[in-house]
Amino acid sequence: MAHFDENAKPFSAQWLDERLAISTVRKVLAFEYWIPKNINFLWAMGMVLAATFGILVVSGIFLLMYYQPGVDTAFDSVNYLIMTEVGYGWLWRHVHGVGASLVFLIIYIHMFTGIYYGSYKRGREMIWLSGMLLFVLFSAEAFSGYMLPWGQMSYWAGMVITNLFSGGSLEAYGLVEWIRGDYVPGQAFLTRFFMLHVFLLPLVIIGGIVFHFATLRLPHVNNQDGEDFDFEEAAELYKAGKVKESKVIPFQPVFLSKDVFVMGIYFILFFYLVFYNFDFAMDPVNFDPADGLKTPAHIYPEWYFLWSYEILRPFSKDLGLIAFGIAQVIFLALPFLDRSPNVAPASKRGLFHIWFWLMLIDVLVLTFMGKLPPTDATFAFIGLVSAVLFFVLWIALPFITKIEKKL
Amino acid sequence: MNKELKIFGVVAFFTLLLYWGVEPFAHSQMHKHVEGHGFTYDGTADIAEASAEKKEAKTAFWADVKKIAALEGDAVAGEATFGMCMGCHMDGAGNMGGVIPPSLDHAGAIYDKNYLIALIKDPAMASNVDHKYADTMMHPMGSIKTMVTEPQDIANVVAYLKANKSAEPTAKEAFSEACARCHAMRYDKATQLGDTPTFKYKKDELAHEIKVIEEQDAVKAYMGKLPPDLSMIIRARSHHFMETFVENPQSQLAGTSMPRVGLNEAGYEKVEEYLSDIGDPSKPAREIAGPWVIGFMILFTILAYLWKSSLWRDLH
Repeated sequence: MAHFDENAKPFSAQWLDERLAISTVRKVLAFEYWIPKNINFLWAMGMVLAATFGILVVSGIFLLMYYQPGVDTAFDSVNYLIMTEVGYGWLWRHVHGVGASLVFLIIYIHMFTGIYYGSYKRGREMIWLSGMLLFVLFSAEAFSGYMLPWGQMSYWAGMVITNLFSGGSLEAYGLVEWIRGDYVPGQAFLTRFFMLHVFLLPLVIIGGIVFHFATLRLPHVNNQDGEDFDFEEAAELYKAGKVKESKVIPFQPVFLSKDVFVMGIYFILFFYLVFYNFDFAMDPVNFDPADGLKTPAHIYPEWYFLWSYEILRPFSKDLGLIAFGIAQVIFLALPFLDRSPNVAPASKRGLFHIWFWLMLIDVLVLTFMGKLPPTDATFAFIGLVSAVLFFVLWIALPFITKIEKKL
Repeated sequence: MNKELKIFGVVAFFTLLLYWGVEPFAHSQMHKHVEGHGFTYDGTADIAEASAEKKEAKTAFWADVKKIAALEGDAVAGEATFGMCMGCHMDGAGNMGGVIPPSLDHAGAIYDKNYLIALIKDPAMASNVDHKYADTMMHPMGSIKTMVTEPQDIANVVAYLKANKSAEPTAKEAFSEACARCHAMRYDKATQLGDTPTFKYKKDELAHEIKVIEEQDAVKAYMGKLPPDLSMIIRARSHHFMETFVENPQSQLAGTSMPRVGLNEAGYEKVEEYLSDIGDPSKPAREIAGPWVIGFMILFTILAYLWKSSLWRDLH
């Protein structure tokens, strides 16, 4: 039985400490959570993501109060009720739409930062895996949310993506119907994706974020040079007041102050987009109400899914589906396909440096081609070459990292 | 610091490249390019896109229109001829041959002169939907071809419209006269029958609903399908698409049964204003709130930078 001071004032620091160990918690999570000093603004992307997720949750709660998940009411509840009758409903909607797009931009920056600096190896494998799990969860969240306005793109994207589950030549249409709850996207489909979007997936994502933070605590955050040093020792130096000599800073307030500054810059961009340039995040086609008898001329996903969509497209039905399936999970395998012992920025890693930039450019080219009509032969060819290159790069990865010189 | 800026430059470059690729570039490739022609109507596009056997007729038709446009119209004489138009274009007119004849109260202000001449001469040709009337079907306004035949009479009626029906319409009036007989606007509680009144009794409301359905059925029979509600069209189509589509629907949607309505630039601007008022009503509020929010974030960032600097000053 712990000691409880009977004279402690309720809710005073001592009183709370005896019951919740708050001083220990604050130490572990904030004041003595050590972050390397040798970092750049890319290390703030995690907090930028957390903030964006927070904004998505808050704006989502406001939208949820007025959104009506019915096939006859969804479109008008979004485009009329929320946009016209609800005070500042338009603001919440544009914040939610732009936030959903930007969260993926930051996820990709966060991911490629990790790849560039080798932050997925030597004790940090679980950070990478939990992060990729979050990517999958965010993808599911984005897709389910995209169904809700029940516009033309909602309907047809829902049709196309659920059709993928027929498994090409397996023709598992029973599975597709089970997922849809109907032969085509309809009321059952809309309501279940509504449930996923506003309840189940956010819940799992919150769990995922907590897990992702937990995976960071023991291996610590990587630094710009991939330098491996003794955190305990560095922390002791810092605590002794030798902050110049120490290689670490505490999360709160030192690291946080930089995070907040980077967030400030990010939110200037964020709100510029919310007020002046939101069309990129809200496709015009989705402002036509869903119509099962009228297929849009081009069906394409939001920009953040285009690269994997383009890996699906250029191949034959079954091959495309297999390629698409592999592309979805291949990034998870990165810590195991990279056979080099070096944790260092890509610029110091020879062939891997070339691999990194090729991969980045290839994903960009795939993204561009993914939105273009597949009828243009030149673009279709570029798409095919980039899709093949994507797999060539992954196959080459273990070999080029195996022969990499130890630094 | 320099290194941070360099890294920022790389991230910004790839982000902008990404944006360029999925937005401006993709859109330039996805939609066919249609040149606008400033809401003037001389038949150039019609002749260019006409089939071989129709080319000659169209060329001759628009040459005639040009000749009539050069005539001096007499507005006073035109008023007498306009009396004939009033037989159909009157308040409370019912559906005639597929649509309710539109009010002409602001016709002189919102429609182009050449277009009005062409319309009186041959409505199907003027609205560029002659392909619909190849067989036995007649344009709902087709009888005008036997009623006003003399070039001078046509010039007179148009002069009358330009002189006496040219008061500036409100945005809603422009839309009602030019578009609303086919297109409903449910976010403004308007149907093909105009604004929906409020009813005291459910029975009256249902009776009105039936009238709307009957009107829509008539429009559907005439147009082939019910023309879409335009409540959200301002956000569903680009500015350029809307302009060129209204100028000449065939240019963006070959074979469509939508007639060209012949709006001039001022008329189109009014229609667009109405579509924007209904489909994008938050625009004024956005423009007011935007600078404040962004200003706040800039201030926030400056303060955050000062905080960061004070904490990091002694670290290196």
